[in-house]
Amino acid sequence: MSSLDARAHAAVESAIQRFGQEPGPLLVVLHAVQDALGHIPPAAIPEIAAGLNLSRAEVHGVVTFYHYFRTSPQGRRVVQVCRAEACQARGGAALEAHAQARLGVAFDETSADGAVTLEAVYCLGNCATGPSVRIDGRMHGNVTPERFDALTARRGAQ
Amino acid sequence: MAIKIYVPKDATACSVGADEVATALAARAGGRAEIVRTGSRGLFWLEPLIEVATPAGRIGYGPVGAADVPALLAAGLLEGAAHPLRLGVVDEHPYLKSQQRLTFARVGIVDPASVADYVAHGGYRGLERALAMSPAEVVKEVADSGLRGRGGAAFPTGIKWKTVLDQAAPQKYVTCNADEGDSGTFADRMLMEGDPLSLVEGMTIAGLAVGATQGYIYCRVEYPESIAALRTAIAAAHAAGYLGASIRGSGRRFELGVRVGAGAYICGEETSMLESLEGRRGEVRVRPPLPAIKGLFGAPTIVNNVISLATVPVILERGAEYYKQFGVGRSLGTIPLQLAGNLKRGGLVERAFGVTLREVLEDYGGGSVSGRPLRAVQIGGPLGAYVPASQFDTPLDYESLAAIGAMLGHGGIVAFDDTVDMARMARYAFEFCAIESCGKCTPCRIGSSRGVNVIDNLLAGAQPAEQRRLLEELCETMIQGSLCGLGGMAPFPVQSALKHFPEDFAPRGRH
Repeated sequence: MSSLDARAHAAVESAIQRFGQEPGPLLVVLHAVQDALGHIPPAAIPEIAAGLNLSRAEVHGVVTFYHYFRTSPQGRRVVQVCRAEACQARGGAALEAHAQARLGVAFDETSADGAVTLEAVYCLGNCATGPSVRIDGRMHGNVTPERFDALTARRGAQ
Repeated sequence: MAIKIYVPKDATACSVGADEVATALAARAGGRAEIVRTGSRGLFWLEPLIEVATPAGRIGYGPVGAADVPALLAAGLLEGAAHPLRLGVVDEHPYLKSQQRLTFARVGIVDPASVADYVAHGGYRGLERALAMSPAEVVKEVADSGLRGRGGAAFPTGIKWKTVLDQAAPQKYVTCNADEGDSGTFADRMLMEGDPLSLVEGMTIAGLAVGATQGYIYCRVEYPESIAALRTAIAAAHAAGYLGASIRGSGRRFELGVRVGAGAYICGEETSMLESLEGRRGEVRVRPPLPAIKGLFGAPTIVNNVISLATVPVILERGAEYYKQFGVGRSLGTIPLQLAGNLKRGGLVERAFGVTLREVLEDYGGGSVSGRPLRAVQIGGPLGAYVPASQFDTPLDYESLAAIGAMLGHGGIVAFDDTVDMARMARYAFEFCAIESCGKCTPCRIGSSRGVNVIDNLLAGAQPAEQRRLLEELCETMIQGSLCGLGGMAPFPVQSALKHFPEDFAPRGRH
């Protein structure tokens, strides 16, 4: 297993320093590491385990259980499309197909050039104004295929 | 005094442009008006819905785009003047006026970050009263109100609290389940963004009632706007002496923290949520012991939904007798219904239990947005049954829905028009369960994947009678054999689709 670079090491250390004393701290620490680095490098897992007095298996088990935690970097743009029922009732299935075709990636894939990651999500709580997408953290409602194209074209393919 | 313009900061309002409207207003009228960011009134088809305070009341305009701002100002927006987007006094809007907003009384009205505004609108009166009562009296008030868990299970809140109160333990906890993962629900989100202090107050009262000094709100990561609003509100409550070592100088302590989920639907199940709060995989626990006896870190713990806890302040303020005047039978009080999916007027409708599904879909929802007939409605999230149009006259209360094999759950209502393919929806129910299963028990983990296969086989036309029998048997196995509600209820939408829409399951060959 490769070792952590200095930046990642510092992020892990700082997360453990700040949150390691909280009761049941593992998720809090993992959030802090992912917020800082964009993902949780596999090489960070032994360090987190050592810092919190847990086994590597426990940390790995938690990282892999939760959909939100990821062990590889995302694309420069992250597009989340809601697949849940309320969006389906408003044309979500067509948008799901359109998003994959338009971006040239399937759900939960990153394009080869690292430009974009497409993720399926299951309810963003925007259920009266679907279909809903989140692009780089910002939610958009009433997203038709045309609006999807406009939103993903904005600020260009970096 | 500057004129006040209210612009929602609610996530739905922002998803259709509220931030841009606020920016445009600030640029063009910032000198003459104060812009207050609020929650949403829950009339989502009119968002962004902005309001201006006038002597006649708060006048609404919507849906407003940033491009409309110059013309609105020119027409006299700041005086509440006429304009094609003018909606009149918002409180008088029929969608709102006919509601019975107890839990949502302040949502969309107050500045969610301001304790002063909260108090000015009746906030913290419940806590003041609770501080003058004994713990047992507070628990009795909640029990007498008839409040039942609004997360979906509808367990009597007072009984849960009494169990925690009766435990002798050095440490107890109050936890709030804000992992609102059901599709078609957004009441928790709206409340947390629009009136987070009512949740803070409700949890504080719960802490006083059962002798817990620490609370946690477990909020899903999909709700970043809620997380930010909660943290701001908690800091404000602390600064004003409503949280901390001595609440309002009473010498009684209550601390409150926000913990963030990580994209696991199962963590809406109470024991999974506790596992997650403890920093572990969100796998369900076998009950007993109940969390009220052995919950977070092994201590007696209240686990309540956002809406249950945010309803406690009004119960303490107005009294149990007042609250239970609303509702029918054993479904007392009000329920915030969330109108979602293919409806013309989606949004939040808080009414006493007993309003019929048809009233909600037609009078509030205005029928389908597509203009086609409504064919099916899923109530209570992805584990709730599909209800056909022939049952739209059912009253919305726990018992009436149970009588038709459905459930109210967290109050989400997702409408579908006649283009819906119910076999596809049934297949999706299993697919979702497979994605979100925690994996601990076999009926859920394996059954959900098998369910997808069986529906595929059924539709492909290979031995349809046999596949149909298999499907029914699989549903029964999951219902009887799963550890928790995910595997135990995922078959409900499937069974209801099979029962009410059998024609959609006819073999259709390979596609």
